[in-house]
Amino acid sequence: MITYIIRRLVAAIVLLFVVSAITFSIFYLVPRLAGATPESLATRYVGRAADVETVELTAERLGFYDPIWVQYGNWAKGVVVGTTYDMGAQDVECPAPCLGYSFITRQAVFPELMDRAPVTFALAIGASILWLITGVSIGVLSALKRGSFFDRFAMIFALAGVSMPIFWTGLMALAFFSYKFNITAPGGSYTPFTQNPAAWAYDLLLPWITLSLLFSAQYARLTRAGMLETMNEDYVRTARAKGLVEKRVVVKHGLRGALTPIVTIFGLDFGLLIGGAVLTERVFSLNGLGNYAVQGIFANDLPKILGVTLLAAVFVVMANLIVDILYAVVDPRVRTR
Amino acid sequence: MRNTRWRALGALAAVAALTLSACGGGDSGDGDGGDSGSSATPEFNAALSEVYNPSDKKGGIIKAAHSSDWDTLDPGETYYGFSWNFARLYGRSLLMFKAAPGDASNELVPDLAEDLGEPSDGGKTWTYKIREGVKYEDGTEVTAADVKYAVLRSTDKKTFPNGPAYFEQFLDLPKGWESVYKTPDLDTDQAIETPDDYTIVFHLKQPFAGFDYLAQLTQTMPIPQDKDSGAEYRNEIVSTGPYKFQDLQPGKGFKLVRNDQWDQSTDPNRKALPDGWDVQLNVNADDIDQRLQTGDLQVDLAGTGVQPAAMSQVLSDPAKKANVDNPTIARLWYTSINPTVKPFDNIDCRKAVMYAMDHKSYQTAYGGEFAGGDLATTILPPQIPGYEKFDLFQAGETGDLDKAKQALADCGQPDGFETAMAFRSDRPKEEATAEAFQQALDRVGIKVELKGYPAATYFSENCGLPPFVVKNNLGLCTNGWGADWNDGFGFLSQIVDSRVIRETGGSSNTSVRIPEVDKMLDAAVLELDDAKREADWAEIDKRVMEEAVVYPGVYAKSVLVRGQDLTNVFVNDSFGMYDYMSMGVQ
Amino acid sequence: MSESTSTLREPAPGPTGDGEPFLDVRDLRVHFPTDDGLVKSVDGLSFHVHRGKTLGIVGESGSGKSVTSMSVMGLHKQGTANISGQILVDGTDVVGSSPEIVRKMRGKRMAMIFQDPLSAMHPYYTVGNQIIEAYRIHNDVSKDRARQHAIEMLDRVGIPEPHQRVDSYPHQYSGGRRQRAMIAMALSCDPELLIADEPTTALDVTVQAQILDLIRDLQKEFHSAVIIITHDLGVVAELADDILVMYAGRSVEYGTADQIFNEPEHPYTWGLLGSMPRFDRVRSERLLPIPGSPPSLINVPKGCAFNPRCRFADLNGDLSTTERPELVDAGHNHLVACHLPPAKRRELWRDEIQPKL
Repeated sequence: MITYIIRRLVAAIVLLFVVSAITFSIFYLVPRLAGATPESLATRYVGRAADVETVELTAERLGFYDPIWVQYGNWAKGVVVGTTYDMGAQDVECPAPCLGYSFITRQAVFPELMDRAPVTFALAIGASILWLITGVSIGVLSALKRGSFFDRFAMIFALAGVSMPIFWTGLMALAFFSYKFNITAPGGSYTPFTQNPAAWAYDLLLPWITLSLLFSAQYARLTRAGMLETMNEDYVRTARAKGLVEKRVVVKHGLRGALTPIVTIFGLDFGLLIGGAVLTERVFSLNGLGNYAVQGIFANDLPKILGVTLLAAVFVVMANLIVDILYAVVDPRVRTR
Repeated sequence: MRNTRWRALGALAAVAALTLSACGGGDSGDGDGGDSGSSATPEFNAALSEVYNPSDKKGGIIKAAHSSDWDTLDPGETYYGFSWNFARLYGRSLLMFKAAPGDASNELVPDLAEDLGEPSDGGKTWTYKIREGVKYEDGTEVTAADVKYAVLRSTDKKTFPNGPAYFEQFLDLPKGWESVYKTPDLDTDQAIETPDDYTIVFHLKQPFAGFDYLAQLTQTMPIPQDKDSGAEYRNEIVSTGPYKFQDLQPGKGFKLVRNDQWDQSTDPNRKALPDGWDVQLNVNADDIDQRLQTGDLQVDLAGTGVQPAAMSQVLSDPAKKANVDNPTIARLWYTSINPTVKPFDNIDCRKAVMYAMDHKSYQTAYGGEFAGGDLATTILPPQIPGYEKFDLFQAGETGDLDKAKQALADCGQPDGFETAMAFRSDRPKEEATAEAFQQALDRVGIKVELKGYPAATYFSENCGLPPFVVKNNLGLCTNGWGADWNDGFGFLSQIVDSRVIRETGGSSNTSVRIPEVDKMLDAAVLELDDAKREADWAEIDKRVMEEAVVYPGVYAKSVLVRGQDLTNVFVNDSFGMYDYMSMGVQ
Repeated sequence: MSESTSTLREPAPGPTGDGEPFLDVRDLRVHFPTDDGLVKSVDGLSFHVHRGKTLGIVGESGSGKSVTSMSVMGLHKQGTANISGQILVDGTDVVGSSPEIVRKMRGKRMAMIFQDPLSAMHPYYTVGNQIIEAYRIHNDVSKDRARQHAIEMLDRVGIPEPHQRVDSYPHQYSGGRRQRAMIAMALSCDPELLIADEPTTALDVTVQAQILDLIRDLQKEFHSAVIIITHDLGVVAELADDILVMYAGRSVEYGTADQIFNEPEHPYTWGLLGSMPRFDRVRSERLLPIPGSPPSLINVPKGCAFNPRCRFADLNGDLSTTERPELVDAGHNHLVACHLPPAKRRELWRDEIQPKL
């Protein structure tokens, strides 16, 4: 098991290396292939009225005159050992892991990401707890009462939940709960957990509910399908034949069997969500990683985009690893194979 | 089991409630002032030509939000209209545009300076007297040397690449000058002199009649040298205005609180009504609109108007419309007709476009009369002093096809031709504009191929890159321009001067290459007489229009929601948005 | 124990046993309403088993064997099956009792061994865990005590090194051991009735014999009533005291093992015997499979359900296609449901069928 994890970790690092190279190429090489010059790339980082000299200066400072592999090498070196940026008035240290420096907001990317990651984590963790509880229990009940009024109602709800875009539900929820009835926090509210846990939960309540609405719908459908399958398994019949009470049959034998695919999907969903719950953060104006990525994209701030992409890749790769390990925990057949 | 069921029902109830509120969205929070004790009656455009809800009452916190990040709060580098508007709360430049509604705001008035600039040497030297007793938030008095330092500091484009570059363009900086950081010991008196603590003298390379406009830039707001931290200063600003920063979190927001060192007696322009400002950054734009209407927020800082989602809502509901102002802003949406692309090298082919285009459809593309703006026939918008109303082509609202066909015949292309039109693909209005051109020009046989490019690279790599334009046959490019300030020079210099076109890309001017116009601009810059200079701008406008290299679309308008509970609100024409320095809150 | 206990009841007719049978099934009908029509999986079935005795229920797949066993265990989901008749387990009627009463009987009074132990055991729990769970449902003991019991049970069914194997997962066992573990689980609460549903079908032939031996040994030890359900007469040949042959949800022949093997009277039983490989004598001809396939349980053939596949149906005029034969005693509690006159049946067996086997 340990060697398995180590092997996977090494593979993950190689994968991240590849991802970073590809991402770097997409943002720095592809525009060059499409005809952009070092100067035209640099004009994104200077003002409207910048003269040729300023543009060339910027291009030089950003290393746009170097061959692409040198640029990537410098960047990768910064990630590993850190680097220094010449900011004119002063040299700015960017210690490892230096994921780059935004020349638009004049901030090193990594500390910014670390500053914003807790928001995204808080959002993702709270929402996922909500959707796991609601989604799985609705799914179980639906499966047990298949064809009943509850089942049909729940599945219509699930369909609606999956179909409704979050930027709509989010805005409507804000309009209704925050502005009309003042029972939830307005958009843009966030209190760090360490400062005041109650305020933290209050501020995030609506984003949690909105985000979990989308996912709980998916998970209800997923759980229902899984339960319908496992409740017909022979081992569930065996459990009943032993004289187990029905609740225990459902939870310990049925649900446990249906949980494996849910764990898998959950791991991936969670990883992606940590990489940036873009729409939710945007709608509720939460300063998390997703919003940071969007700001980077709108401003065409390449170091930001690159940084978020890489961090998101780290989370997805990690989530995959954790899912694989969880898989072994959940299913002993995987463990000993 | 039961719990789960209730939870599910709760969620369902929430969904149902959402649906209901979506249907009945019109009836919530119309905010008629109600119990707030205001005597003002809300009315459409009430804050355009006069002050709405005038008041001298102090107190309260104004809540404001911006849908993206601030470019920078550093007065030496910031380059957005809303930011210049806002910067007056924490900084004092030498001059400012008069804080008043209507045309009055085009007038420059002294702020940190005691009076407007005193030109000498034919406009090559400008002298300002600085008020005594103006203090930084730490109690130190502001001296002329601080203003000199701030201006010189802003010329460092290595540290402040995003800022306006007027000072380094005009000031007679010594040879070898790099920056206040790299060449601190270089004698810069040939550019700026400070004979005493309250006098500052600017020496220019060439005479410039409009230097007072430069003196109102935020770049003249004083910065204490010992507190300057270069690129980091944006987070550690030392205030000279009535408010100073608190809790500044980059990318997230900040608070403004009263600066007790600010002295009303030194400041004839500011009322400093609210006790402070609470500013949130990177807030979802649709949420901002929503909160403006519910009163949860008073100011949308960007000042560019509501999002499309809220547009029809605020315009169709009379109660909501009463809280809307619809100013025309000094911005022109236009289309460049590039003479470098065949057959537009022939003026008659360019004229054919001027005649054949359906002008009304341009307005429709931008959202119609309120959201889009008024039909434009000149380059200068009406707010710019010197604006003269004329229409050289007289093609009516929907175009004149006969004249267009005649022009095509004169051009030797009686059956029309093929060309391409570029637009910013992430701007639906520009896409609609391009489609409007495609349809209108098709009526006379001009086939237009549409090509969208990302806004981020539009000027640096596409329409603003001359070889790219030729290579891709981009005969037409959607474009837009707002002046740095309401002045002919500010408006025209970046879009009609052929010398700003860079072969390496990045210029907003893509089509105007008229040597005569360059000369006219140079002459106007030297004209010290305001009236004569303003007439020059109109002449330049006409000259460019004659060449048919610019199709003016609309003079932009914006749909602004007047925040509830605000007092002393008016639209300042020089910014095209509410005057942030003057407003208060109940 | 229950109000449905009848002191004056008379066991249904059948072969072996004196006194009150432990399991007494009377006129059991299990019908499933479906969109296609009513599936009559079991349609009027009666049999009984005494403690210490073994009943073999034999028939092709779809004949209603497993539905019968599920009914006895009370495992049909409420609302999906219409069940009528009586299933008296030591006097308590499973059909009429509340689900909770039946649940408490399951595992303790009656237990079941399923066909495929790999799918019948939960893949995510250890074998020990599953035995412990079964034991603790009906016995209020500590986990350690239950674990001790599980190890004893594994030892009893012949699992080597039960101390270690108790913590293994089902997939880590071989097929035969898995079935032994299944048996250990079923027997963990010392049930009085053990139903083995095709207990050896999924196993190698050599292992089959071991498992059957195990069941026989354990039965002697526990003195329980055993029902073995199979499609293979060979399985029950040496194990069963009585044999019930089922066809299309009904009993077609019911007698002692001796009667069924040595003087079978129903043509379907003959067919089953003909398709059974025999190792105890040299075979003269090929196996004799029964032609055709089992009938649909929605549209059971009129008259004798077996008539479309019966070589002798035309010997009765049109009786076989019009009238359903009743299960009647052909002597010595040997019950047969066939229109052929008993004398004719014996003659056919003696002259035509037996020599070919």
